[in-house]
Amino acid sequence: MIKKIMVAGLLVSTSMTAANARTTITWWHAMGGNLGAKLEQIVADYNKSQDLYTVVPTYKGSYPETMTAAIAAFRANQQPDIVQVFEVGTGTMMAAKGAVYPIYQLMKDMGEPFDPKGFLPAVVGYYTDTDGNMLSMPFNSSTPIMYYNKDEFKKAGLDPNVPPKTWDDVVTDSKKLMDSGAAKCGFTSGWISWVQLENLSAWHNQPIGTKENGFGGLDARLTLNGPVQVRHWDNLAKWQKSGVFQYGGPVGGNDAPPKFYSGECAIYMNSSASLADVVANTKGKFEVGYGMLPYYSDVKGAPQNTIIGGATLWVLQGHPKEEYKGVANFLTYLSSPAVQADWHQFSGYLPITKAAYDLGIKQGYYAKNPGTDVGIKEITLNPPTPNSKGLRFGNYVQVRDIIDQEFQKLLAGSETAQQALDNVDSRGNELIGQFEAANK
Amino acid sequence: MSDNRTVFGAKLLPYFLLFPQLAVTAIFFLWPAGQAVWQSFLRQDAFGLKTLFVGLANYRALFQDPDYLNSLQVTLVFAISVTVLSLGVALILALAVDRMIRSATVYTTLLVWPYAVAPAIAGIMWWFMFNPSIGLFPYMLAMVGYHWDHSLKAGDAMILVVIAAAWKQISYNFLFFVAGLQAIPASLREAAAIDGAGPVKRFWSITLPMLSPTTFFLMVVNVVYAMFDTFAVIHATTQGGPAQATDILVYKVYDDGFIGHNLGSSAAQSVVLMAIVIVLTVAQFRWVERRVQY
Repeated sequence: MIKKIMVAGLLVSTSMTAANARTTITWWHAMGGNLGAKLEQIVADYNKSQDLYTVVPTYKGSYPETMTAAIAAFRANQQPDIVQVFEVGTGTMMAAKGAVYPIYQLMKDMGEPFDPKGFLPAVVGYYTDTDGNMLSMPFNSSTPIMYYNKDEFKKAGLDPNVPPKTWDDVVTDSKKLMDSGAAKCGFTSGWISWVQLENLSAWHNQPIGTKENGFGGLDARLTLNGPVQVRHWDNLAKWQKSGVFQYGGPVGGNDAPPKFYSGECAIYMNSSASLADVVANTKGKFEVGYGMLPYYSDVKGAPQNTIIGGATLWVLQGHPKEEYKGVANFLTYLSSPAVQADWHQFSGYLPITKAAYDLGIKQGYYAKNPGTDVGIKEITLNPPTPNSKGLRFGNYVQVRDIIDQEFQKLLAGSETAQQALDNVDSRGNELIGQFEAANK
Repeated sequence: MSDNRTVFGAKLLPYFLLFPQLAVTAIFFLWPAGQAVWQSFLRQDAFGLKTLFVGLANYRALFQDPDYLNSLQVTLVFAISVTVLSLGVALILALAVDRMIRSATVYTTLLVWPYAVAPAIAGIMWWFMFNPSIGLFPYMLAMVGYHWDHSLKAGDAMILVVIAAAWKQISYNFLFFVAGLQAIPASLREAAAIDGAGPVKRFWSITLPMLSPTTFFLMVVNVVYAMFDTFAVIHATTQGGPAQATDILVYKVYDDGFIGHNLGSSAAQSVVLMAIVIVLTVAQFRWVERRVQY
């Protein structure tokens, strides 16, 4: 608190002494809690480091709220310079050609040194156009990994240092865990749409949609009703009945983390950025192990690589040039190895540049903190294929809702896995078609 | 009568005096409502960069959309359940208080308290009590062999939002019923009692008919409340889920407009809602007020 006041005081005093010289840059973000405090600290450090620009970060609520606020502001000509948008909003932002200022263009126009090759391909690939140009600046990217309860593994007579590798392993281990009374349920998962469908597809090199998962144009459509996806959802429904799997709720799955923290479920799949919360909530209770996502060993090409989630920073049009100079300068600062490594190690988000990852290795961070590099290993396991580069569809926020709804119908027993995924495709494609029509 | 009327000479004065109210209505109601109507004829991208006039296409799409038809049905079930539950419970409580002599004011005060709770807070409270992992009610229901899970079971979710929405409205209904009951002359009931009518008979043939103006008024108010003021309750508890089982019309307007950025469809839905309010209001003034027996 005192620190915050001091920082604020400092900001006020510096802005007063250099009121005329400094250009203000506005940044709307969706980072609350500990992450928000860290973000503000990073910005304060930047403001102290130079005397031309003052970056003003504003917390705008959840990801959808932040995006909606920025869009509404744009319509009213009150837009911020920078806005943080989650990965499923990418399709919408990308289609808004007159509203966004592509990063590669901005860096070139402002004469800011910029090397797109320094970024991790699996991260930047999600945010480049078909010619390979970077459109937005990755800031916080994560990928799903597996957490497990080592104490319960020991109790069930399993080797606590061997995480289940395949889905068969997950089931046999879960049954042992449940039969021995070590845990009530085998596994739970956050983000069903992202972890158990989108990443499942990429991890098994199965297409999520046509035209390279939507990267090839607005006329791409979903193809999520493939054999691997249907088989997995069918299994999830069976496992839920037998108690091997417990559902953690729609969207992010708010009920999933407590099931793992309380020891009810021994295995938990969620974002690598959940690491800080997992560590904080299991401290003193049990030891946590980390592993890659499981796969079906008989599917050819699995495991391929996982895809990312999280958010990037988009620069919006309609501001004077000196502000954009500051924006370019600030983005360079944000992607510098020291800032990136610090943010990555604090939050569990992936480092976005190779230099930041190398810095972490040099500092001995991964050796000291096991599990923190599982996500990086997953996204870099193999060079991304057209099926595992990511996905890009319009109206995708609502498509995610449809995935949740159909999954709930599947678990409630009113649909088969095939029906549920057929409906995901047909209902989702209708929305994607509307988006295509509105953005032609 | 007309002889005693005061006549003001100035023609403009009445308009001047009405102006503040008219200005408020125009700026905060007519203008945005007009914008919604206009927007409902357009197809537009989120940022407003490309706009296309599509006529009634948004409306046509709406009434062919199974999700919207589902939402209409959900709203109907929800509004009727909330109205019946909150009116029924409020009437029982009001009748109980009406029989008390000394403690009536204390009970009245206590029963009105929930009305002061913000809808979002009421929603969160019920969400906590019914949370499948940490809630008290699922724990108690499990003891009698019922597995409560409003994140998966459509019925459980509907019961949860109906209870959360009705609970708040009970206070309001209760106040009106108490006032209504006090307005019924005691002599009527006493006369019936002397003629040999028991308490049940007296309730059905005297109290309830005498209360009918209050009941009809409350019915309309409650239906409007359930349809339009329960957004916060839904948002805080089920977010329209599971699988759209509690996706009422107002929530769908928000979801399609503010989450999905489909402004044309969202605007068309608002216009449909506006039409429903107009119909309800006309029904209240024309039909209900006339039919009620005084």
